[in-house]
Amino acid sequence: MARAVTQQRKIINTTAAWAVGLLIFFPILWTILTSFKTEATAIADPPVFLAFDWTLENYGVVLERSNYARFLWNSIIIAGGSTILGLIIAVPAAWSMAFVPSRKTKDILLWMLSTKMLPAVGVLYPIYLIFIKMGLLDTRAGLIIVLMLMNLPIIVWMLYTYFKEIPGEILEAGRMDGAGLKDEILFILTPMAIPGIASTMLLNFILAWNEAFWTLNLTAAKAAPLTAFIASYSSPEGLFFAKLSAASTMAIAPILILGWFSQKQLVSGLTFGAVK
Amino acid sequence: MYSKAKLGTATAVAAIMASGAFADTITIATVNNGDMIRMQGLTDDFTAKTGHDVEWVTLDENTLRTRVTQDIATKGGQFDIMTIGMYETPIWAANGWLVSLDGLPPEYDADDILPAMANGLSHDGTLYAAPFYGESSMIMYRTDLMEKAGLEMPDAPSWDFIREAALAMTDKENEIYGICLRGKAGWGENMAFLTAMSNAFGARFVDEDWRPQYDSEAWSNTLNFYIDLMTEAGPPGASSNGFNENLSLFQQGKCGMWIDATVAASFVTNPNDSSVADKVGFALAPNAGMGKNSNWLWAWALAIPAGTQNEDAAMAFIEWSTSKDYLALVAENEGWANVPPGTRASLYETPEYQEVPFAKMTLESILTADPNNPTVDPVPYVGVQFAAIPEWAGLAGQIGQEFSAALAGQQTAEEALEKAQAIASEELEAAGY
Repeated sequence: MARAVTQQRKIINTTAAWAVGLLIFFPILWTILTSFKTEATAIADPPVFLAFDWTLENYGVVLERSNYARFLWNSIIIAGGSTILGLIIAVPAAWSMAFVPSRKTKDILLWMLSTKMLPAVGVLYPIYLIFIKMGLLDTRAGLIIVLMLMNLPIIVWMLYTYFKEIPGEILEAGRMDGAGLKDEILFILTPMAIPGIASTMLLNFILAWNEAFWTLNLTAAKAAPLTAFIASYSSPEGLFFAKLSAASTMAIAPILILGWFSQKQLVSGLTFGAVK
Repeated sequence: MYSKAKLGTATAVAAIMASGAFADTITIATVNNGDMIRMQGLTDDFTAKTGHDVEWVTLDENTLRTRVTQDIATKGGQFDIMTIGMYETPIWAANGWLVSLDGLPPEYDADDILPAMANGLSHDGTLYAAPFYGESSMIMYRTDLMEKAGLEMPDAPSWDFIREAALAMTDKENEIYGICLRGKAGWGENMAFLTAMSNAFGARFVDEDWRPQYDSEAWSNTLNFYIDLMTEAGPPGASSNGFNENLSLFQQGKCGMWIDATVAASFVTNPNDSSVADKVGFALAPNAGMGKNSNWLWAWALAIPAGTQNEDAAMAFIEWSTSKDYLALVAENEGWANVPPGTRASLYETPEYQEVPFAKMTLESILTADPNNPTVDPVPYVGVQFAAIPEWAGLAGQIGQEFSAALAGQQTAEEALEKAQAIASEELEAAGY
């Protein structure tokens, strides 16, 4: 029997949830608000919350100074490319680990995860040198490969967890009906795991979109994504917080919108199998 | 027939050349500051004159340093021009990583570059980076608060006067603090300020045999004076304040005096951003009566990495962007107050520029800083607020943490200096000095 929830408890829970949500969202909200202030208002003490003269001047300056469209396009290609490539590799890998495990499967999974424990800077120079040799510096293809490799352990782990929830008997039934390996993965497993795959895709896309270490270190003028766009507005000598905030808002806006529209899939995917 | 074909080919080649088909695209790595942004806005003039296009990679200072260092050390070839400072230039030139700028034509007039800047950007007497803007440090002070305190700022004040004035101006109840100084840890933050300050107190980083000197009485005097002054007359939380934080405080009218980069003068006198724009005076950085002031010397400069595929176009850009004509171009488009300061002697002879309120003090500050002879007693290194050795950034970063902790009251000045001595000794010994 489900536990009865009193009205009072409901109000407390809702208020607490909103408070935590606002607390987490506040830095982003403050960045957005600052982007509409003048540089002088941006540093005012005490800070001004809403009662200021709103201006679009910072956006005008940023758009005039930087080729936003190019940075945005690079971000879309790099984040999208690494996500798709990652899924192409991770779906069969997770399938084999979930449905035809060997004695070493657990070890392989742990080993894959252990690569995430190495600080990225530890492999910066080897990767930089490999990129020079292969002509991949400042190319979108190079970044797609690196970001895919960086996020692959997470994708495989997430998909493995989702696939484990799918009864093997269904795949077996498909095989008995004559489905080959490709059909089994493409037409039986994938449709059943759509929520999990969608949330994995979204999470990977967000991780790749926000990745700043590799994107700043391996790009220059041609393949630089929105992280480099933000970095170009940070200044140690000069107060450009309002312009920096405008650039940050422009960089996070697409991913915020994507996250907003896909939150249902994201939440259902992330909680897939959580309640049995 | 044959000669007609040859003539046709020659005409085609000439047409292609005239249309700029041999123009290059150069990639420039740079920092985000007002002067660099103005330069980006004026790049069309360079393209119109030479046919070369420019791609800008603008990064924050720390990322830029990491990025250009790894690129030049690995011969990545990502950049045709790099924006580097006085710290990197002599070290990188000694490594053979930079193209000499000896090839600049006579009309460029390299002799017009201020000697302090040219010396700091040279190696073995050869210029390896052309200064784009130069700075020293000086006192910026509130003329109204100074007057209210019944004091008059001398052109070359002593630290004792600064302490007296800071105490007189401080009104903590109204959030007015007599002095704002850098306290944030970092070799380019508190260590730049304190190293320059220590020069005035007769201290030095190492002696002539590369033995660290943080255990000297002069360093003890420097750090104790700084901490006492900031405790008595500085803003709360000063150990987190760098250039931008102090700029913000000064612009809001919360600092009586601020000793920092001369480039700040254009910000604090800009009425759009500063509430005290018409109440700012300037003076040389303080001395302690030992013949040296506490001002530093720095330049952001443009250098060409060895091995670039576009050396000619890169050289043409440096010639354009650091020329006298460029200064005139900025003046024409943005006004004389926005001309990049501190690079050419001829700028300070221009009557229009002489009317800029901070021009005279900026030049005097630059001229009193000598990177080859920065301290009262002789030292084996070059650099005023740093030592131009590869180990400096690392060890000064660590020592800066100790000094910042002392300012925050987490340890005494003596404890911080003891740790600084140990850090410097260990690092220099490991590096074989």
